[in-house]
Amino acid sequence: MATAVIRTRPPRTQRAPGQTRSGTIIIAFLALVLIALMLAPVAYIILGGFRSNSDITVDPSGFPTIWHWENYVDVLTSGVFWRQVLNSTIAAVATTAFTVGLGLMAAFGLSRYSFRGRGVLYALFTAGLMFPMTVAITPLYILVRDLGLANSLAGVIVPQIAFALPMTIIILVPFLAAIPNELQEAAAIDGCSRLGFFWRMVLRLSLPGVITVGILAFIASWNSYMLPLFILNNEAAYTLPLGTQAFASRYSVDTAKVLAFTSLSMIPALVFFSLFERRIVGGLTGAVKG
Amino acid sequence: MATVREMAQSTDNAPGMPGSDGGVQTQPPSGQPPAGRSTSGRRRRRGIGWAARAELLILIGPALVVFLAFVILPVILAAYYGFFSWNGFGTPTKFVGLRNYFTILTDPAFHEAVGHNFFIVIMSLVLQGPVALVLALLLNRKMRFQSLIRVLIFVPYVISEVVVGIGWSLMLQSEGALNGLLEKLGLGALQADWLADPALAIWTLMAIITWKYVGFAIILFLAGLQGIPDELAEAAAIDGASYWQVQRYIVLPLLGPTIRIWAFLSIIGSLQLFDLVWIIWGQYVSSTAGTSTMATYMVSNGRGAGSYGYGSAVAVVLFLISLAVALVYQRFVLRRDTAGALTHRPTAEPTTDSTTDEGKS
Repeated sequence: MATAVIRTRPPRTQRAPGQTRSGTIIIAFLALVLIALMLAPVAYIILGGFRSNSDITVDPSGFPTIWHWENYVDVLTSGVFWRQVLNSTIAAVATTAFTVGLGLMAAFGLSRYSFRGRGVLYALFTAGLMFPMTVAITPLYILVRDLGLANSLAGVIVPQIAFALPMTIIILVPFLAAIPNELQEAAAIDGCSRLGFFWRMVLRLSLPGVITVGILAFIASWNSYMLPLFILNNEAAYTLPLGTQAFASRYSVDTAKVLAFTSLSMIPALVFFSLFERRIVGGLTGAVKG
Repeated sequence: MATVREMAQSTDNAPGMPGSDGGVQTQPPSGQPPAGRSTSGRRRRRGIGWAARAELLILIGPALVVFLAFVILPVILAAYYGFFSWNGFGTPTKFVGLRNYFTILTDPAFHEAVGHNFFIVIMSLVLQGPVALVLALLLNRKMRFQSLIRVLIFVPYVISEVVVGIGWSLMLQSEGALNGLLEKLGLGALQADWLADPALAIWTLMAIITWKYVGFAIILFLAGLQGIPDELAEAAAIDGASYWQVQRYIVLPLLGPTIRIWAFLSIIGSLQLFDLVWIIWGQYVSSTAGTSTMATYMVSNGRGAGSYGYGSAVAVVLFLISLAVALVYQRFVLRRDTAGALTHRPTAEPTTDSTTDEGKS
């Protein structure tokens, strides 16, 4: 390494600008290729929705020659699609709200109070990560059914909250623990109870963590497939992933419409994610430091 | 596959989880002012009053009840149901002892599924790791449209498994877009039955998995890279290190913990793989196409066949396999990351040469 240092030093100062420029071009090119690869299947889905079935049969990989809007219009004017959007929205919003609410409360208790068994409780929550939903799904379905929640969104929402809690708590505890104790003492001097401190200060101070947790819970719920597959058998209660799959198998001959339905169903998660991308990467930065 | 994404958040669980007795406060996230750590972390007020107890009950109680009832209880129930032959109605009465487990462990279909799972585990690491690492290093510098590029790369990761499954199965069917495109490019000889050919199907699955989840690895790596101070790279550059030398000898070792945690999450996710296979291949085709996994075996032979006892037993086996892999991984790979947080004597560490080569850089 020492020799390499000596050899590379003199040219470095002269080459650095040129190197960076050509490097930037190569990277830009690689980035373009990569993005093309990542987006081609998505583009296929979206563009396919604008084609007619006969076009797709004749030339499956072609671009739309005549743009057929009617596939999208048909989907957007059908009650089925909007009912599923509504179901998915209810499930995702409720899951997110309760996950963040319960998670924040528990994380506050675990990080700002000292009591016997705190470590055990925290370990219990983190151990939840070793119990993925796949393992629990069969008894979970029976449990939900016996509670009378089968075929209802509540039957999807409550287990989703339960399975989202471990990492919510894991992300939020360090955020809350990092709030200086002096702040709490100052609030106490001003006559603020610990719970009052929670409502007035903690929410605002842990906002980055809360946003990260909320986005992840929302997207996980929006895309959730296995749990609704077990719980929801009644089409009126279908969420978008189930509905999309049902639509795809029912109208399997109408490829164009399936593609239109599919592309419309992915829009909300995409919009949501692109709005908050920076937050997610930022919020994870604290979490992945080993 | 919600679990993978969810588990992404577990990333700091590795230092905190095993035997973490209040290990929380000792691990504040980087970039946080360290002020809170020493004060709040070292608070020792053992005897707390009734008011505080009531507060704690209000704060932690609801989360704990939901968690115990819907995460822990089902897993315990699975272990219980696994000893019964049961159609899911009424209370299980037909106790069969270990017969379910015996059937599972001697079923060639299950052996196949396990084989596929481990193939997917290995290939996911081999395919996604290096690609994601190079891309994360490239994307970590300031560039125009940085945010846009990142969002576009993450698109496959964010869209649901159902969308991915439907889109890819339409593209890959024998009259689909990929074969059409190959024809147009004059590569008609490469046309294949991507989904149905048993020799190809698992590779097709791997391609789709890589496409879908490489973004997740990139996100994690980028997040890890942000935690590495620029000063280190600058200092090395002043000493004459080239760009790639900086990456190799400074960034990569510092990214080690992130990479190892990503690998852990990837392994667990691969062992639990269900959604994509179920959507693209369905219940019956996946076994003939050679893409069945333990989870699809569980669902089709459990709920699909109305044998909830058997399905529960498969869940237990799946859990034990995942747990065994996780423990082995934690013991041998994550050990150096968790050495500080665990009760393992850190003095034993320097004797292994694996840690020393990292400490050097």
